Amino acid sequence: MCLGIPGRITEKYERDGVPMGKADFGGISKEICLAYVPDIEIGQYTIVHVGFAITELDEASALESLRLFEEMGTLAEELGVAGADTDA
Amino acid sequence: MKYLDEFRNPDLARALFDDLARMTTRPWAIMEVCGGQTHSIIRNGIDQLLPDQIELIHGPGCPVCVTPLEIIDKALAIAARPEVIFCSFGDMLRVPGSGQDLFGVKSAGGDVRIVYSPLDAVKLAQQHPDREVVFFGIGFETTAPANAMAVFQARQLGLANFSMLVSHVLVPPAIAAIMESPGNRVQAFLAAGHVCSVMGTWEYEPLVARYHVPIVVTGFEPLDVLEGIRRTVVQAGSQARCWRTPIRAVRHEGNVPAQKMLADVFTVTDRKWRGIGAIPRSGWRLSDAYRAFDAEVRFQVEDIRTEESPLCRSGDVLRGMLKPNQCPAFGKECTRARRWARPWSPARARAPHYQYRPPRRWS
Repeated sequence: MCLGIPGRITEKYERDGVPMGKADFGGISKEICLAYVPDIEIGQYTIVHVGFAITELDEASALESLRLFEEMGTLAEELGVAGADTDA
Repeated sequence: MKYLDEFRNPDLARALFDDLARMTTRPWAIMEVCGGQTHSIIRNGIDQLLPDQIELIHGPGCPVCVTPLEIIDKALAIAARPEVIFCSFGDMLRVPGSGQDLFGVKSAGGDVRIVYSPLDAVKLAQQHPDREVVFFGIGFETTAPANAMAVFQARQLGLANFSMLVSHVLVPPAIAAIMESPGNRVQAFLAAGHVCSVMGTWEYEPLVARYHVPIVVTGFEPLDVLEGIRRTVVQAGSQARCWRTPIRAVRHEGNVPAQKMLADVFTVTDRKWRGIGAIPRSGWRLSDAYRAFDAEVRFQVEDIRTEESPLCRSGDVLRGMLKPNQCPAFGKECTRARRWARPWSPARARAPHYQYRPPRRWS
């Protein structure tokens, strides 16, 4: 849960009055809360922490970080994807 | 030990190491605050490639590790109740309280569920109006906006069956406590970029001024950390500064909408840190406006008081008095199987040591 993972916004919508959306993390899609990045647009990158976008990020940095997470084998764990190795 | 060619940009890494070797004219004890930085340092062998005069000390930046024993005991008491669905980040399930851990409660029939986001717990409360849904709200400033939103949304939705067990901790008071602890050796800090993307860097400037200690905000990538160390060392002999490596995600003011939400939902409180003890005004609890969502009050566990084992030397590890592998418990009672048994040992501050440099007796 410690880290922030860069994701690309693919959808924006509201649920129960809260700005939500979907983000793509190197092929894994997750629902995320966009309440703290009100100006973000579809196609832009953000850092996501426990399901919340916390800041905008440029594409080059995002892709570099994603590559690193994949290399460390922690991407699935941080995204809470089933079957992930949580023993890290 | 890793090699330079394993860095994403070996030439840049080599240049940074060469630069450091040239510039380092005095000993430095630098604390990296965040567990993510620690992983990066150990995994890439940064500490072994640095000039001998630079010592890195693993800091307190692991929310799982610093959550105090008595909060774990409160979580266990609440999670064992038949009417409760207890939701937590997965990391917390294997942290032992005085006796068992949340996995133990789960295998004994407790309804303990791992969630990815605190909003998942709110959703569960909507789906199960006949049950009490409790979320274990731990973490540093990075996680707090998410937890705050869950409580805010529960109130908006009128969910009387949702509550949160809150144990939030804050980085700046911990830095102050370290600087003021007797015999402190830390001379500079590498602060965590993710925390600062929420809170900004403005909170750190008064610390730099008060303690004359350089604070450099870095990401967790090896080159970020390396550049942070270089930016620290370059400050030798000049006035200490707060600086951030060019990590794109950190602004001076931080995330203003998130800070507004935090100010509404939480209020500053004294907080115990596992292995360290109480630090004044070092955490958040729910503000009075959200008191109705406080699981400690709802389930009457406020009176549970537990003290740490006196054998644990984790507080000394935190303050840089002791290396993780110098603790008598390292590789003995603090083993991989009981990796969470002591905060700075099997937990995150030591986990990188185990993962990348296991003790010889390790099997």
